[in-house]
Amino acid sequence: MSAMPFRLPRIGTSQVAALLAILAMNWLVSPQFFEIRLQDGRLFGSLIDVLNRGAPVALLSLGMVLVVAMRGIDLSVGAVMAIAGAIAASLADSHSLPVVLAAALGAGLLCGLWNGILVAVFGIQPIVATLILMVAGRGIAQLITEGRIVTFTSPSLAWFGGGSVLGLPPPVVLTLAMLVLTLVIVRGTALGLLIEATGANAKASALAGVGTRLITIATYVWCGLCAALAGVVAAADILGADANNAGLWLELDAILAVVIGGTSLLGGRFSLVLAVVGALIIQAMNTGILLSGFPPETNLIVKAMVVLAVLLAQSPRLSGLATFLRGKSR
Amino acid sequence: MIRFMPLAATTVVFLLGFLACAIAFPNFASLRVVMDLLTDNAFLGIVAVGMTFVIISGGIDLSVGAVIGFTTVFLALAIERAGIPPVAAFALILVICALYGALMGAAIQYFELPAFIVTLAGMFLARGASFLLSTESIPINAPLYADLADNALRLGGGARLTVPAMIMLAVVLGGAALLHFTRFGANVYALGGSRGSAALMGIDVGRTTVAIYTLSSVLAGVAGIVFSLYTSSGYSLSAVGVELDAIAAAVIGGTLLSGGYGFVFGTFVGVLIQGLIQTYITFDGTLSSWWAKIATGLLLFAFIAFQQATLHVARRRRPAGVTSP
Repeated sequence: MSAMPFRLPRIGTSQVAALLAILAMNWLVSPQFFEIRLQDGRLFGSLIDVLNRGAPVALLSLGMVLVVAMRGIDLSVGAVMAIAGAIAASLADSHSLPVVLAAALGAGLLCGLWNGILVAVFGIQPIVATLILMVAGRGIAQLITEGRIVTFTSPSLAWFGGGSVLGLPPPVVLTLAMLVLTLVIVRGTALGLLIEATGANAKASALAGVGTRLITIATYVWCGLCAALAGVVAAADILGADANNAGLWLELDAILAVVIGGTSLLGGRFSLVLAVVGALIIQAMNTGILLSGFPPETNLIVKAMVVLAVLLAQSPRLSGLATFLRGKSR
Repeated sequence: MIRFMPLAATTVVFLLGFLACAIAFPNFASLRVVMDLLTDNAFLGIVAVGMTFVIISGGIDLSVGAVIGFTTVFLALAIERAGIPPVAAFALILVICALYGALMGAAIQYFELPAFIVTLAGMFLARGASFLLSTESIPINAPLYADLADNALRLGGGARLTVPAMIMLAVVLGGAALLHFTRFGANVYALGGSRGSAALMGIDVGRTTVAIYTLSSVLAGVAGIVFSLYTSSGYSLSAVGVELDAIAAAVIGGTLLSGGYGFVFGTFVGVLIQGLIQTYITFDGTLSSWWAKIATGLLLFAFIAFQQATLHVARRRRPAGVTSP
């Protein structure tokens, strides 16, 4: 294992090219897109905005990519965001920051543990197992906020939304830190290899001595933790928690980011960096549509087109056709 | 008999729930409450029947809620702005929905893509298209809508079997007949059991897959028509999240999400159970609506655990040497 400490992404040129193309298109519709200015010790500009707004989905995709690589899926991340946000906002004004964070992240860990146990111990299909928490989770979040939109004034928690680290917004730094941490844990050890092996063939891996059950639970727990962090960031951003709308439909964006990042929904190979690039692609598109003055309603249609294009590019049938054509031209 | 166990369990849960409600609220056990239960959940029942076909075949359709939303907006614009007669508009939207479903089915079959992500794209596309048509709620004032609202079978005691409820019951009966008594229905089960074996048995897997998603989208269109009758308006944000309710209804009704097993009647009872929870909360008056979500989640968990247990028992009973897929 010591021979491969960090592996470079094997593919990824197309994703990075797509991101650059979208950024270039944004620059065409809005010439000041790349302008960044320093104000009150913090950087401002459309590019920073893309990074900042993309942070929650990027955080979600960091957990989601591991789950998807294990041939699973986690539909509950949006609901977990709502729960973590509700807990953070309700405790923020009465407790110190470490307690608030511990409670919110602890809730995320518990949610992930619940999903993981349902999938790994009870053998329930991932879509169904996480559907339970997706349906009930928003209800639990509303129970915590008592159906209101809870607001807070605590500056320590608000820092996660409006502060700055070396001029960068904290969500961006947090996402970067989580990316590096996940990379170190997953790619710095054999864990990533074991995850890919389990995703490719769970039975064979189990026979080969991989602790598939424990690894499955661990990936769902990590996914829950990432979702809770995203929930805290989202709550800090609006200085409150809205149990109805926090993280609504973000599970779909996170899955989309993972798929754009080239990780197959059928499990196996995955790339953490490209999943984050996928999240940035989605956010760059959103921002671009807003900047271009198109009605925001077109956002969903553009998103659908991108999903279809990515899917067709990944389709086994089409790649078979491409290999066939390449063979003929030779 | 183990075949009908989940169905029986769902029915018993519904009856017990109804009994509990009737004991808690004296006025609950009336024909009127039952009829309102049917009317209020008519669109969900219709869409859930389509979802049952999709899930039994081993797939999933996340686009149905968005298709309902698109249908209501389309109908409102066609009838109110373009002046198309309502019946013609109904026919037109059903054809559009059929084409839409066939396209999704074809993408799943011929590009070998996961149903989950294809119908997810379908959801984005349909919801985006309805946003493009209109972002505001458009009232429908056509005379036919008022007539249909008045035209209900009066059963005495204030109970009315409304047109939406009648359509839902017809779809449930028709869906049950199609699934349980036709060759197409048998093919749907075969696909859910194993696509490979189904193809080897000579079933046209491609045609069946396209037909299943077409059926699901057409039923979503019918549900959209019923929804627009129910609200007399078209709104692009209507029926958000209905796909989850429909999946939950199918699962509570005993349908296995891995495919190959399920009943239309079970889904119908699953819809009624969800409706019962809502009605209980309305009757109580002090409970908030978020309890409905938690209760549905708990029920989902209970039924899935029950399914796993029965599957486990069924596997143990099999003779040695026969392994499950």
